[in-house]
Amino acid sequence: MLIFFVSILIFAGTQMLPGDVAQAILGQSATPEALANLRAELGLNAPVYQRYLTWLVGLLHGDLGTSLTNGQNIASAIGTRLSNTLFLAGCAAVISVPLAIILGLVSVLYRNRWPDKLISTITLASISVPEFMLSYILIFYIGVQLGWAPSVAMINQNMSLFERLHAIALPVTVLVMVVLAHMMRMTRAALLNVMQSAYIETAELNGLSRFKVIWRHAFPNAIAPIVNVVMLNMAYLVVGVVVVEVVFVYPGMGQYLVDHVAKRDVPVVQACGIIFAAVYITLNMLADIMSILANPRLRHPR
Amino acid sequence: MIKRIPYPALFGLIVTISFFLAAVFAPWLAPYGMSQVVGDVWEPASAAHWLGTDNIGRDLLSRLIYGGQTTIFVAIAATMVAFVVGTALGLFAAVIGGWVDQALSRLVDLIMAIPSLIFALVVLSVMPVTVPVLVIVVGLLEATRMFRLSRAVAADLAVMDFVEAARLRGEGRSWVIFREILPNVISPLIAELGMRFIFVVLFVSTLSFLGLGIQPPHADWGGIVKENKDGIVYGIPAALLPAVAIAALAISVNLVADWILERTTSLKGGRNG
Amino acid sequence: MAEPLLVIEDLKIEATSYPPGEKPQKITIVNGVSLTLEKGKVLGLIGESGAGKSTIGLSAMGYGRGGVRLTGGSIRLNGREMRRAPGKVLRSTRGAEVTYVAQSAAAAFNPARKLMDQVVESTLKHKRMTRAEAKARAIELFTRLGLPDPETFGDRFPHQVSGGQLQRAMTAMALCPKPDLVVFDEPTTALDVTTQLGVLAAIKKAIRDFDVAALYITHDLAVVAQIADNIMVLRGGETVEYGTCDQIINNPQEEYTQDLVAAINVERRERDPDEKPVLTLRGISARYRGLDFDVLKNINMDVQPGTTLAIVGESGSGKSTLARVLTGLLPPHTGAVEFDGAVLSSALKGRSKQELQELQMIYQMADVAMNPRQTVGTIIGRPLEFYFGLKSKEKRERVIKLLDRIELGEEFIDRYPAELSGGQKQRVCIARALAAEPKLIICDEVTSALDPLVAKGILKLLRDLQLKEGVTYLFITHDIAAVREVADTIAVMYRGEVVRYGGKQEVLSPPFDDYTELLMRSVPEMRLGWLEDTLTLLEEHLPASAVPEGA
Repeated sequence: MLIFFVSILIFAGTQMLPGDVAQAILGQSATPEALANLRAELGLNAPVYQRYLTWLVGLLHGDLGTSLTNGQNIASAIGTRLSNTLFLAGCAAVISVPLAIILGLVSVLYRNRWPDKLISTITLASISVPEFMLSYILIFYIGVQLGWAPSVAMINQNMSLFERLHAIALPVTVLVMVVLAHMMRMTRAALLNVMQSAYIETAELNGLSRFKVIWRHAFPNAIAPIVNVVMLNMAYLVVGVVVVEVVFVYPGMGQYLVDHVAKRDVPVVQACGIIFAAVYITLNMLADIMSILANPRLRHPR
Repeated sequence: MIKRIPYPALFGLIVTISFFLAAVFAPWLAPYGMSQVVGDVWEPASAAHWLGTDNIGRDLLSRLIYGGQTTIFVAIAATMVAFVVGTALGLFAAVIGGWVDQALSRLVDLIMAIPSLIFALVVLSVMPVTVPVLVIVVGLLEATRMFRLSRAVAADLAVMDFVEAARLRGEGRSWVIFREILPNVISPLIAELGMRFIFVVLFVSTLSFLGLGIQPPHADWGGIVKENKDGIVYGIPAALLPAVAIAALAISVNLVADWILERTTSLKGGRNG
Repeated sequence: MAEPLLVIEDLKIEATSYPPGEKPQKITIVNGVSLTLEKGKVLGLIGESGAGKSTIGLSAMGYGRGGVRLTGGSIRLNGREMRRAPGKVLRSTRGAEVTYVAQSAAAAFNPARKLMDQVVESTLKHKRMTRAEAKARAIELFTRLGLPDPETFGDRFPHQVSGGQLQRAMTAMALCPKPDLVVFDEPTTALDVTTQLGVLAAIKKAIRDFDVAALYITHDLAVVAQIADNIMVLRGGETVEYGTCDQIINNPQEEYTQDLVAAINVERRERDPDEKPVLTLRGISARYRGLDFDVLKNINMDVQPGTTLAIVGESGSGKSTLARVLTGLLPPHTGAVEFDGAVLSSALKGRSKQELQELQMIYQMADVAMNPRQTVGTIIGRPLEFYFGLKSKEKRERVIKLLDRIELGEEFIDRYPAELSGGQKQRVCIARALAAEPKLIICDEVTSALDPLVAKGILKLLRDLQLKEGVTYLFITHDIAAVREVADTIAVMYRGEVVRYGGKQEVLSPPFDDYTELLMRSVPEMRLGWLEDTLTLLEEHLPASAVPEGA
C-alpha cells in the first residue's frame, strides 16, 4: 500500500515538477521540432495520470521500461546489478549488526568509563565524515599505501566467492563503519533507557550479577528498540551503498542510478528509485512487525 | 544566562565560529583566486602553496576556503528552509490536531519512506542543478525531520496542564503557540538545528561528489574530492583535505549541539526535582 | 544472639548534585541516624518526601540509588557490615537475607517475563531452594496473600494483572527466599484507598505468619500505625522522634510529630439551603469519543455560592471526567450545566470570555500546570491582563496583593516555577485562579501530590479564602480526610454514578450504602488496632462482594 503511494510520489517527482524532460535530454540548443518529436516518442503528450497508469501497470508486470539513452531494457540491466548490490549490502549487514549490538552492550556495561568513551569518540568521528570521504581515506591508506586490498571493486560472474569478498573488502569496511556508528549509538541509547527502569533496580536488589541483570532483564525488553534501530540503520546502508558503489566503481544499482541521473535518463531513475524505496519500506515494515512480536503486551493480551 | 561552558563545547564553539568567519571572509583570506591556475598539477605543499595544488594546478588552500564558503552558505540556507518550514508546520499540526495534523503527518511519513538521497537524485534528474534548486530540495527533505521533532515535542507539551489552563482562560491560538509552547521547544529545536546543519553539509557534499550538487568551476568540499579523486591512486592526498575540514566542522557543531541539549535536559530535571 | 538483626549506627549518606552550569555540590541526605531492629519486628520509617526514609531503607541493603553514597557510620545486618562491603558480599545478601518491595510494583516487574519466573528468581539464584520447592512456596504465598487462582497466577505477565495484585505479587517475591528482613518502600501509596486496605492486611498477615522483620517506609502515619512495632519519624535526613508505635501515636513528644498526629479539626459552616445555586448540573451523561458507553451517568448536583461541594471517588469513578465536562473540554452527551443562572455552552469554544473568567480551575500537578519558562509574575499577571486589561504597574501591584493573599512575599514575583517548593507552586496556581476573580473554582485533586503537612496548609488557605472572601469551590478528591475538612456538601461517585449526595453531616453519618461504607472505613485512622477492627467490621456488615479482594 505504502509502496503504491511512494510510486505516485516518485512519478510525480519526475513528471510534474517544472522541468521538461525532453528539453533536459536534448539540451538548451535543441530545435523546437526535435523537442516535439522526442515528446511524441516519449508519450509525453498524454495526460499525466495516463502516463502514470501505463508506467504502474508495466511496473507490476516486471516491465521497467526502456532506457532513454541506450534503448536497453531496464529490467535486464538491473538484474545482475541488483544482486551485486544486495551482495555488498548483505556482507556489510552481516558484519555490522552483531558488532553494533556487542559494542552497544560493552559501552553500557562500562558506562562513562574508558571503553564507553573510546567507542563514543570513534563512532562520533565516523558519523561526522561523509561516506565518500571515508572511502577515500581507506583507499589512500589501506589500498594505496599498504596495498592490502584493491581500491577498485570490480567483480564479475567468473570470480569465486573468495575473490569477490576480497574485491569488496574496502567498500564493505566503509559501509560497516558508517552503519555501525549510527547503530551502536542508538543501541546504547536504547539499552540505557531500559537500564533506568525500576525493574532493573529490582533485579539488582535481588542480588543478581551485573551480567545477569543485563542479559535476563534488560535484553528482553531492549529487543524491540534494538530491532527498530537495526532496521532504521539499514536506511543508511541503502544510501551509503549508492555512494560507495560510485567511489569503488562497483557494478551495482547505486552506480547505475547515479550514472543515469547525470544523463537525465528518467525511466531508469524512476525504476531504481522505486526499487530502493521498496527495499527500504520492506525493511521498515519488518521492523514494525518484529517490534510487535517482541512486545509482551501485544503477544499476551489480557 | 552565561554560565561556565565545558571545555569540549568551548572548543566546538571556537572551531565552529572560525569556520564561519573563514567562510564570510573567504575573498580576503584566500591567498589566490578560486579558479586561478597558479602552478603545476598536484604540486606538493610548499611555502607558496601551503597545501599544494590540485588536479589542474589551482591553489588547494584557496579552493578549500572558497569551497567552505559555498558549502557552509548553501548548508545554512537549506537548514533555514528546513527549520522554518518544518518547525512552523510541526507546531501548527500539533496545536491544531485533527485532520490537518493527520494529513501533514501522513505526507511526511510518505516522503520519509524514501531514503532522502534517493529522492533527491530522482528529483534532480529532471530539475536543473542550480544553487536555489539545491537549497530548496535539500531544505524540504530535511524539513520532514524538523517537522517530526517539533510536532512530537509540541504534541507532548500541548496536553500539559499549563497549555490546557491557557486554553481554559480563553487564549487565542497564537498566544498558545508563541507564548506557551514555543519557549519550551526552542532549545531542543536549536540543538536539532545543529545536527540538521551537519546532515545538510554531508548531504550537499555527497551530491556534489556525485556531480549533482554545486557545479564546477565553483568550488565546494564535495566537488574538490571529485576533482582530485584520481590522485589518490598515485598516493596524492589532495582529496582527503576536504574530509578533514568536514569532519572538524561536523564534530565541533556536534559538541555545541550536545551541550545545548544537555543544558535543556538538566533544566527539565531541575523542574521535576 | 548477641546483636539484633539490623543495627544502623550514626549513618551518614551523601549525594552529589549537578546544578546546570555550576560546580557539582555535595548534599547530605541522611545525617547521623541510628536504629536497631530485632528479628521478627516491624520498624516504621515515616517522613515527608526528602526526609531520607527511602534512602535509609535501601542502605539496609547496602544500596545507594544513582549517585548516592553511604559515607559514614555503620550498617550491620546479621552482624555483617554492609557499608563498603564488596559487591560479591552484597549480591549474596540481597535477594536472600534482605529483600525489597518497591512503591510501584507495576514498574518494578519486568514486563517481558512471567510473574512466576520473577518471583522465584532470587530464591533460585541464591540456591535457597530447588525450583520445585520455590514454586510450591510461591503458590503458597500467592494463596496467603489472597491472590486469585494461586496455582496459575504466576503464568501471567505483569500487564495482565491489576495494580493491587502486582503489589501482592511483589510481596510474594520478597518473601519467597525466606529472608530475615524485608524493606517495604511505600508499598500501598500508589493504590486506591479500598485496595490499600486489602494489600495492607495481606502484608501484615504475611509478616506475622512468616515471622520476618520489616522496615516499613511510608509518609502516612495512620498506615504505619497499623503495622509497626516501633516508629521512627524523620525530617531532613535526621531523626525527629524514635519510639514504640503506641508512644508515637498516643503520646508524641516533639512538636513536629504532634502536628503529624493531630486530628484534622472539623469546622462546619451553616449555609442557607434556599439560596440560589451558582452551579447546577442537570442529568449530565458523558462519554469519550470512540467509546460506546457512558463514563458519567445522569449526574445531578448544585453548588451554593460561598460553599464547597466535594466530589469523592476512587480512580475510574469519573470525577475528573466531570471536571472536563464543566470546563467545556468534554461536551456532555446529554444534560446541561447551568452556571450563574444561565445555561453554559457545552463546548469551550461557545463560552464567552466572562464565563471563562468566572469559572477557574486548579490542577493536581502544580508543576506541569505552570509554564516552566514564565515567572511567577507572568503566570499570575496574565489573567489580570487578559480579563481586565491591567498593565505594567497596576498589574504588578495586583500580583503582589495576590501573592500576599496566598501567604507568599513580593520577592517571589521574579522566580521561575522550578525555584519553588511543591506547596509554593500550588499556592501560585491558586493565586492565578483568584486573579480572575471567579465565581467558582474547580479544584482537581489539588492536595494529592503534596506531603501531608503541606497539604494541610493548602487546605487551610483554601478555607480561609472562603471564609474571608466567599469563594466557591468544587473540590474533587479521593481523600476523605480532606473532604472532612473542606466540604459543605458531598457527592460520592462510583463507576460514573453519584451513589450518595447531600450535606456533609448527612453523607458522613450512618446508615451508609455499601460503597460509601467501604470507602469511609478504608481510610486509615490514626489509632492502633484500626486495621483489625475494620476488617472484622466489614466482614460482619458487608456482603462478600463489596469486600476488597483478599482482605
